[in-house]
Amino acid sequence: MKKTEKKTLPKSPTGIQGFDEITGGGLPTGRPTLICGGAGCGKTLFGMEFLVRGATQFNEPGVFMSFEETNEELIKNVASLGFDLEDLVKHKKIALDHVHIERSEIEETGEYDLEGLFIRLGYAIDSIGAKRVVLDTIESLFAGLPNQLILRAELRRLFRWLKEKGVTAIITGERGEEMLTRQGLEEYVSDCVIMLDHRVTEQTSTRRIRVVKYRGSMHGTNEYPFLIDENGFSVLPVTSLGLKHIVSNERISSGITALDKMLEGKGYYLGSTVLVSGTAGVGKTSIAAHFAEAACKRGERVLFFCFEESPNQLMRNMLSVGIKLETWVQKGLLQFQATRPTFYGLEMHLAVTHKVVNEFKPQVVILDPINTFIIGEKEFEVKTMLMRIVDFLKANQITALFTSLTLGESALESSDVGISSLIDTWLLLRDIELNGERNRGMYVLKSRGMANSNQIREFILTNHGVELREVYVGANGVLTGSARIAQEANENAEVLTRKQDVERKKREIERKRKALEAQIAALFATFESEEAEAIKMIETEQDTIKRLEQDKIEMAESRKAGIENTTTNKLKK
Amino acid sequence: MKSKEDNSGKRIKEEKQVETADDMWVLRLYVAGQTPKALTAFANLKKICEEQLEGKYSIEVIDLLKNPQLGADDQILALPTLVRKLPVPVRKIIGDLSNTERVLVGLDLLPGS
Repeated sequence: MKKTEKKTLPKSPTGIQGFDEITGGGLPTGRPTLICGGAGCGKTLFGMEFLVRGATQFNEPGVFMSFEETNEELIKNVASLGFDLEDLVKHKKIALDHVHIERSEIEETGEYDLEGLFIRLGYAIDSIGAKRVVLDTIESLFAGLPNQLILRAELRRLFRWLKEKGVTAIITGERGEEMLTRQGLEEYVSDCVIMLDHRVTEQTSTRRIRVVKYRGSMHGTNEYPFLIDENGFSVLPVTSLGLKHIVSNERISSGITALDKMLEGKGYYLGSTVLVSGTAGVGKTSIAAHFAEAACKRGERVLFFCFEESPNQLMRNMLSVGIKLETWVQKGLLQFQATRPTFYGLEMHLAVTHKVVNEFKPQVVILDPINTFIIGEKEFEVKTMLMRIVDFLKANQITALFTSLTLGESALESSDVGISSLIDTWLLLRDIELNGERNRGMYVLKSRGMANSNQIREFILTNHGVELREVYVGANGVLTGSARIAQEANENAEVLTRKQDVERKKREIERKRKALEAQIAALFATFESEEAEAIKMIETEQDTIKRLEQDKIEMAESRKAGIENTTTNKLKK
Repeated sequence: MKSKEDNSGKRIKEEKQVETADDMWVLRLYVAGQTPKALTAFANLKKICEEQLEGKYSIEVIDLLKNPQLGADDQILALPTLVRKLPVPVRKIIGDLSNTERVLVGLDLLPGS
């Protein structure tokens, strides 16, 4: 028990899973608590578990005073829950006292009181130093003792006496027509009243528990489903959770590389909720199986709830797409939980989910498929239940994958149990019918917190798993399957022709360039030869001029004419 | 019952008159201390026995305050309780035995009403 504040009422933990949570610590210490409910709702068991857990876990011995079952019956009955009552009795942890009262044997002759009961109870308490007491069910006294006035006065005294003794007591009472209990025990025990209920709706039964009243303490007021199984009681404080989950940035692979790529190349967020929806036979379970396998390969534990197939059938079917789930089952990483949705009520499903998850502690939980719950159930209730499951899984940082079958006549996006708002990543699988062929398409309808691909991809189941292909999206619409292959071939041919065209053009240009270059070269050659000729002529001309000059000078010298000198001078100038 | 002997001069004492086992009446009176109710019951019982079963009855008084563990054997709840151990079947009569007629009916000494 946690001591939160000085002022809070001291409480005795029951050790019953979940119950201490909704009552904030257990039953009021040193005070009597009334447990009421109809036949077979688990009153006796609640009391017994309170004692056994008190004795074994909290070192508080207890007395069980039974007015209905004999000690031998009690020992036998609770042995099925793994409680070794005989041993506890032997070690003086628990005292059993069967009070039998037979109206026909009793004759009333004047004044009496129930001091005998007090003495017996007191003796039992003192003999083992009991801190806890269960009276189950004291109402039997009303049948056995004719004088109600005495009885009621004595009961009042008994509860006061129990308080004085300082024992934490549970008094069980049969549910009455108008009152909480048949004999109005709630009048006497007013500190804490707990109601157990066993309700049948739509042929499925659900056990529920409610804290009707808890003086001096906060408590959950809802009806909580509870389970009685081989480990005793477990109560589920399901709605106490709020939107306060720890959020992780970590990503985990979906097990399908191409799908991871559609989700920023990283896969789902850790602790997110994934919905795979689609029509019948599109491969929802295969996607789930891939995810399961990937998680197992990472060494994580996976809990697989199958509501339609038996685990063996599912494993066999998944073998055909190359997923060997059996090995992981053998390694203890994968656990199947197969039940028909109609096997028990929604609350019970929720309860079972809680229980199994708490026991197995998986990192990944798969529910396949969720919409089978709708059979016979109201959609709103299904949604509430799924919300609770989602809340619960998120709070535990468990990545959840739900599959959901979309019925033919309903719209793909709207039908899914109305839980889309709860879903973080929604993969939609759809049929694409074309050219007498049915193919599967897949796209990410939404994925919170990531830039997901908006491309529809073709979804192919091969013998080595799921493959995603780009679908053909073009002028002729979305093509899949053989149409896509044909279209792809066409395109390839087209591309080839175009490629060839380009090549040809390229070659032509090259040729033209070469021709041009040749022309240029030829012209250039002609020009060069002409140029050379011209230069030659110019040189010859200059030579001739020089030679004439020289001749003149030489002639003038030979005539020794001075005038000619001047002319030469002039020339020189 | 071993605790036939009540210690210290109590007024509540067992009364014994040895007879043949066959028609012997074995009566046991459970009380818790010497409360007025207990004393009344014992006095009433004594009177009835003397009147109806003279010489063939034994009364054993068990004080549960002293021997609380004995309460469970005869399934005692109410006090005082008179238990007719013999002759069988076992009968229980609760209260201070002030209604003599009811006591006689309870002990099968009078035809039932």
